[in-house]
Parts: sequence; structure tokens; C-alpha cells
Amino acid sequence: MTEQAITIPINGEEHRLLVSSNRTLLEVLRWDLDMTGTKHGCDLGECGACTVLLDGHPVLACLTLACQVDGRDVTTIEGLSDGRVPDALQTTFAELGAAQCGYCTPGMILSARSLLNDNTDPTTDEINQALSGNLCRCTGYVKIIDAVHLAASRSSD
Amino acid sequence: MEGTHTVIGRRAPRVDAMEQTTGRVKYVDDETLPGMLVGRHLASTHAHAVISSIDTSRAESLEGVRAVITGADLPITYGILPISQDENALAIDRVRYIGEPVAAVAAVDVATAQRALDLIDVRYEPLDEVVTLDDGLADDFPLIHGEGLGQNLHRSAALEFGDVDEGLGAADLVREDVFLFRGNTHAALETHAALASFSGEGKLTLRSSTQVPHYVHRTLEKVLELPSGRIRVIAPHVGGGFGGKTDPFSHEITACKLSMVTGQPVKITLSREEVFYAHRGRHPVLMWVKTGFESNGRITAMHFRTYLDGGAYGSYGVATLYYTGALQTSTYRIPNYRFEGVRVFTNKPACGPKRGHGTPQPRFALECQLDKAAEDLGLDPIAIRHVNAVEPDSMTVNHLRITSCGLTECIDRVVEASGFSAKHGQLPRGRGVGFAVGAYMSGAGLPIYWNDMPQSEVQIKVDRGGGVTVYSMAADIGQGSTSMLATVVAERLGLDPPDMNMVTADTDLTPVDLGSYSSRVTFMAGNAALEAADKVRSRVFAAVADKLEIEPEDLVAEHGRIEMGADRGSGMSWPDGVRLAIATGGPLIESGSYRSPDLAGPYRGSGVGISPAYSYSACVVELDCDPETGMVSVDRVWLAHDIGKAINPMLAEGQIEGGVYMGLGEALFEDHAFRGTLHRGPSFLDYKTPTTLDMPPVECIIVESDDPEGPFGAKEVGQGPLLPVIPAVANAIHDALGVRIDETPFTPDRIVAAMRDVSKGGTGRIGPDETPGFEFPPLTHVEPPIGFSTGIHAS
Repeated sequence: MTEQAITIPINGEEHRLLVSSNRTLLEVLRWDLDMTGTKHGCDLGECGACTVLLDGHPVLACLTLACQVDGRDVTTIEGLSDGRVPDALQTTFAELGAAQCGYCTPGMILSARSLLNDNTDPTTDEINQALSGNLCRCTGYVKIIDAVHLAASRSSD
Repeated sequence: MEGTHTVIGRRAPRVDAMEQTTGRVKYVDDETLPGMLVGRHLASTHAHAVISSIDTSRAESLEGVRAVITGADLPITYGILPISQDENALAIDRVRYIGEPVAAVAAVDVATAQRALDLIDVRYEPLDEVVTLDDGLADDFPLIHGEGLGQNLHRSAALEFGDVDEGLGAADLVREDVFLFRGNTHAALETHAALASFSGEGKLTLRSSTQVPHYVHRTLEKVLELPSGRIRVIAPHVGGGFGGKTDPFSHEITACKLSMVTGQPVKITLSREEVFYAHRGRHPVLMWVKTGFESNGRITAMHFRTYLDGGAYGSYGVATLYYTGALQTSTYRIPNYRFEGVRVFTNKPACGPKRGHGTPQPRFALECQLDKAAEDLGLDPIAIRHVNAVEPDSMTVNHLRITSCGLTECIDRVVEASGFSAKHGQLPRGRGVGFAVGAYMSGAGLPIYWNDMPQSEVQIKVDRGGGVTVYSMAADIGQGSTSMLATVVAERLGLDPPDMNMVTADTDLTPVDLGSYSSRVTFMAGNAALEAADKVRSRVFAAVADKLEIEPEDLVAEHGRIEMGADRGSGMSWPDGVRLAIATGGPLIESGSYRSPDLAGPYRGSGVGISPAYSYSACVVELDCDPETGMVSVDRVWLAHDIGKAINPMLAEGQIEGGVYMGLGEALFEDHAFRGTLHRGPSFLDYKTPTTLDMPPVECIIVESDDPEGPFGAKEVGQGPLLPVIPAVANAIHDALGVRIDETPFTPDRIVAAMRDVSKGGTGRIGPDETPGFEFPPLTHVEPPIGFSTGIHAS
């Protein structure tokens, strides 16, 4: 397997890495950088647990090769807050009980963040569309949708 | 019980909510240890075969491989139930399903471990495969557990309470119906993972995504032949369970063994495909139900037969079998009742407990049959439930003790909220409403290993600054048990739940709780926590009362202070009170425990179904069903649930919404299907679960019947709300199109087939017509409880 030197800005910090050409972004995040907020759920791009933002848009880290993202901005759940002030979605998800087991939560929040970046006042249908690639087995999505609405309304205040 | 509470009944986030939403929560697969190796399993490619040889030499000599083990290294059998010790961590001599682990490797990285698996040579001699229920009941297939040919029976049961023949004879209407509930699986989003570490001092630590650290602890003690005191099992945050992490699993044992062999930590994380093979999901159950009704709808007798396709191993199957017959009587007064059931082994992944454990299948059959009977009798679906609804503080014919019961209130409130009566039979073609009810246990009345010890123990330690640490082995699998415990303790001590320090699910640190199964934690661990908190409170109150020269009864604990009655500022701060208590009585460490009252009836099998309290649910589903395509679109669900008392209404709603969601998935598309013995699609691409686009709005109605024995009156909410959803969907499809889909899931092809049947002059019913000609064992006749009237005209 050939190896490639890449530089990925992750959450605003540049990481220089030597990766084999079949290394996925998920493996780099979890195994090489110990950034475990991004979850592994299926490795086949079906569950959405590994969703991260690539240049602001949601991608599945398990289906993204690390060398494909050389030089592109990656945002993970750890990078949504600066450690002091959480993202509005992180607060509303907590506040409304939108996380139960919490395993889908990081990916769900990143998909929702991308939506709110593009659309500050989404309808329920628009939220359902944006989150339809993120599976949750606990909540029935009800409080997740509520939390996205609440974050949107707070951001517009 | 006090009338007013400060934190009980308050909508509040989980105590760990921000940790979850910021991605800081650690699940097992998120953890690493220095020198950690990666473990992987080699899966059987045969469903039923003799292993004639395994050669691991090529794998062992691969650079980077630290150990390879096979069944010979782990010869001791185990299983979750004492009566079903039929599993080995790695197959010995025989494989019984495709995907069964046959060898395990530990290597320096994933790629090396994967290559090593490819270098293990296993030779199989195939045997005839036991594919279907009928194969399992036939007597000319190879025994899956045993030698030679014969019936692959796991267990059968035959019980009669009262006189069913007499009851049926006195009925105005007797219905016989056949139903098939196909199997499905939990599909928790976190795949199972285990991280084992064996120390130089001979102590083993296992971190595992398990619902039952106590039972994993017991299994490791047995299989690894280590004293339990040398084994520590920790369940950190668990990424969903739903019953799927309630057995001891192969990878938990092999990770430990590989760590013991190599002296290095070993982590095994199952792939999504492996989780589908590990399974332990909902049993496929074929059901035959014969019920007698009076003209007013009252049930005179019921004869219920179930046939379970159990897969290759026992798991919880004996309990599941009895559960398919146990709770029919928990919602309806059935004066005469006969249950016959059988579970067979087949060469497929083992079935086990999934949310509702063995009761959603018969609930589907029962609630659909009641709708059919109502139609036959010209009654409305609500009236037939009302006339049969069980009463609070009553006994059922099969010796279940009913105490608090909000069934009637659930029915009335969900009917009113949904406008059911004005809609049923009145909506345009293609649109319908359906109704059903359910009930579930607030914890199994007996532990899995029968003993006289508590089922839950909780310890509380208070430090000199007033900090409170609560220790409990209950595993939070997302249901919120840790928050529940924090709320119960905080309420009694006048503190805030997030201020509690929670130490959970660690066999070294926490006293025993049997685990997060059978909806037992709020009732049992909650009561244990309440007792422990009351002891702490009594000690603090005694010390403060002594100091203030008043009676302890005059004190209250609230808002971080101990006050004299309602007089704010009259007493002292909580930390000052704590220091007084420690000064006068020593360390402030107290414990509490809970053990269910003895509820078993006078018959074998009565251990299944008994519970200190039952929750009740009623559900209305409104949906559209396209008569041309068979596509179902659920418009709205109303669900009323009698939880006794909602300790945290927001988290309780989350359980109701999640139960509705999971029920809709099972009703509409989830199907753990096989081509012969080969899984039809062990991935989320093939195994469809509902997304945001499939999920309708849910209206939750919380009914509080204030259970006399529950903590603050609380009962369960984790499993019960799923039960009525599936039959309510079936009944709504009938209301929409007049067809009866007596087989789950209610997929477009089945609905279209039913419509075609109607167009050809048929009844529009889809589902099996017959049951196997299996001869059940002789009936055990059980006397109903003293004072129970089996007379069909009893009120």
C-alpha cells in the first residue's frame, strides 16, 4: 500500500500525517488522532454516525479516504465548541433530551449544523430531509427535530 | 409518600447530557490502553457442519500476530439461563449458524488481524440444515444439540387455568385466528465492543458494551475459571441496547482469553455484519388463538398456541417461550386460559430478548383478534376493550398480581385526544385509524439465578463538603437510569440531580444491580436508591435536630439546605448538616436494597410474567395506505402510558417516542430475514429502520396511577409503549382498506396481495392459515387464585 503525506486542518488545527492510500478519514480521526467523538456505526455509509463536516458540508468519514481531504477543512464534534461555549445545537440537544444513548448525537448535530448554516429557519420537512441520513434507534427523532427548531429560533433572536 | 416534590416530576436534561452532545462521552470502542492489541473473530461459513479440523499454524506465524485461539482453548459452556448452558465462546467440533465464531486472533493492528483470519484453515463436513420451524419440529433432521436424528425441540409448555372447554362452550362467538410475527433485531447504533486487560497480578478487567455487567461477571468466572474477585466488569456509556446486549457474548470472553494469553490488552469491536449474526433479537412466532366471547364482547375463554423459531442456541429462549403466553391476562380479564407453546432450534443466529421480550408477538395477535371479534359482534373496538379491562388490585387467572392499573384511563385519554370514535370507520378509503393496548412488567419478579439476595443494591457516600456519590451497578444504555437514580437521591436530600456524582455499572466499585433488562431499573434500583437516601437523610436530620434542639420530623431538606419546616433560612446548609452527622456518627456511607415480594404462582413456569407492578399503554395510529401501491404513511400516533409517576416527564416521553418509533419499524419494514440459513442482508442497507422521513408526530399522554410500591409511585416506561403500536397499525390498515395483514411486517407487497385477493372476491386476509401438527405435552391444570371466579358471567 502506498503512503501519502497529507495535511488536514481539523477544527482549525493543521495535522500533518503519513497515511496509506486506503486509510479512511474515520480511521485517521479515531485511530491516528484519538478524536473519538466521531463514531463508528457500520463502515458502509449507511448509519451516519461518522458524519463530519468537510468544508462545511456533511460527509461520511467512513466512506471518505483521508488522502481525498488533503488541505480541506474538517470539522468534528470536538470542534463545534471551543471547549467553553457550546454550539447552540449542543445546548438544545442536551436541554430537550434529544440524546438518549448519545451514539448518533455527534453525527446528527453536525448534519443539523450544516443545515442551519445554509438555512437559518428550516421547516420540519427541511429538517427531516437534512437528517434523513442519520439513523437513531432511541429517540424516534421527535426531540431531535424539536432541538433543531429551538437552536434555529435562538440563533435568529 | 410526600405530596410535593422539588425535582421528582420535573422536566430536566440527563445528568450527562452535555458530555454526550459535545462528543466527550467514551464508549468502549473509544477507549485505548497502552500496548493494546486488536482482536477479531473468524466466522463460520456453514450453517450446520462438523468441524473436522482447524489449522491455525499459518496465522500464528504471520508477523504481528500475538495469539490465535479456538474452541479447544475455551471448553466450558455457558448461557444466560442456568437451564440453557449450551454455548461456547468459539465453536467446538460443530458449527450451528453462518457467522458463528470459530477462532479468534489478537494482532498488532486491524489489517494484520484480518490477514491472520484468512490464514486459518477450517475444514467442515456439512450436515443437513434445520432451516424452518417445520424442519425443527420434524423428527428426521440432525439434532443441533446432540447426536443423531430427531426433533429439535428446545422447550415446550402446556398450562391450563380454569376450564377452557367450558368457557368456549358457553360463548356466543368463538374465533380462531392464525398470526405470524416475523423476527427482527435491535440494531443499536453502537456495535458491541469489549476491551479486556489482564494484569501481571492476575486480575482481569473487561470494559464491555453490556446491559448486564453482573451476568457477564458471572459468565467470565465460570468460563475462565477465575475467582470472581479477580474479575472486574465495567459497562461505560452503552450506545443503545434494547435487549441486544443482555446475553454474555463470545467476544467478551475471547477478548479476555486473548489478553490472558498475550499479557496485553485486547479490544474486539464487532462489525455491523457481526452484530446481525450475534442477534438475540425478536423471535419469529407463529400463533394460533381461539377465543370465546359473549355477545357483549366479554371474553369467556382463550386458548393460545405459540411456535417459536429460536435459532441455534438457547439464550433467554425458555423465558421467551413462557412470555409468549404470560401477559395476555395482564390487560384483559380472561376467566379461563390455556397456553401451549414450543421453541425449536434452527441453524440461524440465536433469538433472544428484544424490547418487550416475547410479548409484542402475542400482543399483536390478541389485539388484532379483539378487533375482528368486535366487528363480528357489531361492537366498537373501544367497547370490547372496556368490557374486558382488568381492574386495579386484582389477580389474573394465571396468578399475576395486578396493583396499580391505569388501563381504563389510558384508553379513555388516547381515544379522546385522537378523536378515534369519530374517525373509525368514517374516514375516506385509504385512510384509517387503529387502536390497541398493552401492558408490561416493571421488572421480572425473579432474578435469573434464583436466590434470596436483593435484586438491586445502591450505596451512597457523602463527603465532608456535602458532595454525594451514588454507586449502582445499573447500566445506562440510553434509557436514563443514571439520571433516574440521581433524581431519586437528590429529591430526598434536597439537592439538584446534576450535583450527584454517579458511579455506575462497575463490578469492583458498585453493589449489585442485576442489570438493565425487563424494565426493572426504575422500580428496583430506584427503590434501593430511595432506601439508601432515606438512611442518609435520617442521619443528617438526627444530627441537625439534636443541634437545633428540635425533632427530626420538623426538618425538611430542600434547595441545598436543612430547614425547620417551611421557614427558609431557619436551619443550616446541607454541608454543615453533613459535617454534624459525620462528627456524631462517623463516615456518612449508607446503602439500600430492593427485592421483589414473592409473587410466584403454584406452577412451573410461574416465574415468568410476575412483577411487582405493571405499566399500561393504549395507542391510536392514524395512517394513509395507498390501495394501488400498498405504501403506508403513518400520519400521527397518540400513545397514553400509565407510568405510575413520571420521575422525569421529558425522559419518560423520550422512552414513549422511542418505543413508538421501534414499534413502527417492526410493523412496517423491519424483518430479520434469511435465504435458507443465510442472512438476507446483514447491513443497514438491507435491514431497513425508520429515518426522520418515516417518523410521524407522536402525542405522548402520561398517565400517573401512583403505584403503591414504586419509588415515588413510579413504574416502567422503557418497553411497554412499543407493545400496542404494531397491532394499532394493523388495525388502522384494516380501517383504511378493509384488508387484514395477519403477518408482520405490513409491507406494500402484502397489502397489494390482500387488495388483489379482495378484487378476486376473497376476504383480503394475508397470513398463514395453518399451524404445524405438533403434539404439545399433556396440560398442567392450575387452580386459579383463591377467590378468582372463572364463571363466565362474573362481573
